[in-house]
Amino acid sequence: MITDILGIASAIAGAFFLLTGGIGLIRFPDFYSRNHATGKSDTLGIMLVIFGLMLIEGFTLNSAKLLFALIFVFLTNPAGTHALVNAALHSGLKPWFRKDKRKGEGSCTGK
Amino acid sequence: MIRYKSNLIILMVSRVVSPFIMLFALYVIFHGHYSAGGGFQGGTIMAASLLLMRLAAGREIAQLQFRTILGTPLGSIGVLIYFGTGFMAMLAGGEFLNYGFLPFAGFQAAELRSLGILMVEIGVGLAVMAILVAIYDDLLEGYPHD
Repeated sequence: MITDILGIASAIAGAFFLLTGGIGLIRFPDFYSRNHATGKSDTLGIMLVIFGLMLIEGFTLNSAKLLFALIFVFLTNPAGTHALVNAALHSGLKPWFRKDKRKGEGSCTGK
Repeated sequence: MIRYKSNLIILMVSRVVSPFIMLFALYVIFHGHYSAGGGFQGGTIMAASLLLMRLAAGREIAQLQFRTILGTPLGSIGVLIYFGTGFMAMLAGGEFLNYGFLPFAGFQAAELRSLGILMVEIGVGLAVMAILVAIYDDLLEGYPHD
């Protein structure tokens, strides 16, 4: 009973992080910051959802399979984000900077 | 063109993950009788494991794992395993791919059908894996890589 409540709370927390990642994907201005949002919060959200499902399932074979899924999401999701950003950087995509006129010709114009 | 240098982080993660993808591919192939999966799906996952190493480490290093010249012969061998199973059943008196007529002694009819489906799925998995890797290699033919 208490594990059910903990599992549901963990899954809801994971859903919150997934929602945050989705909002960041829509709202952020360029490729790097969008990738930053989805890479971090989606990894944490999926891991929390799977951990909550493990708590609800109990100590069974399905729980072991979910544990493997959690380990591989933890390994591969940041690596995939890193590969995307690395490929974009190698192909010459410039990061976005706020065009602030008050600072004049600053060093962080990104051009 | 910008020269591609292989990234250390991606290479290490791919080295860790790639054997587990192969193990899952074998699980999918050998559980094709009585659960989700089968030869085509397992072969595709196996090809994904090989292509992951090709993408992460570059073409020349991945030749140590699966050579380009092996693609077409292994695909042909897979198709031959498939066709040979069906033709063996046809020679033994049944129809093409009627596994109940396979000439193996000491098996019940149900076990014989299970074994025949397993043989066919191994052949299909081998063919799909080799052909997908061969398609990738043929698409990269003549591309200026380092």
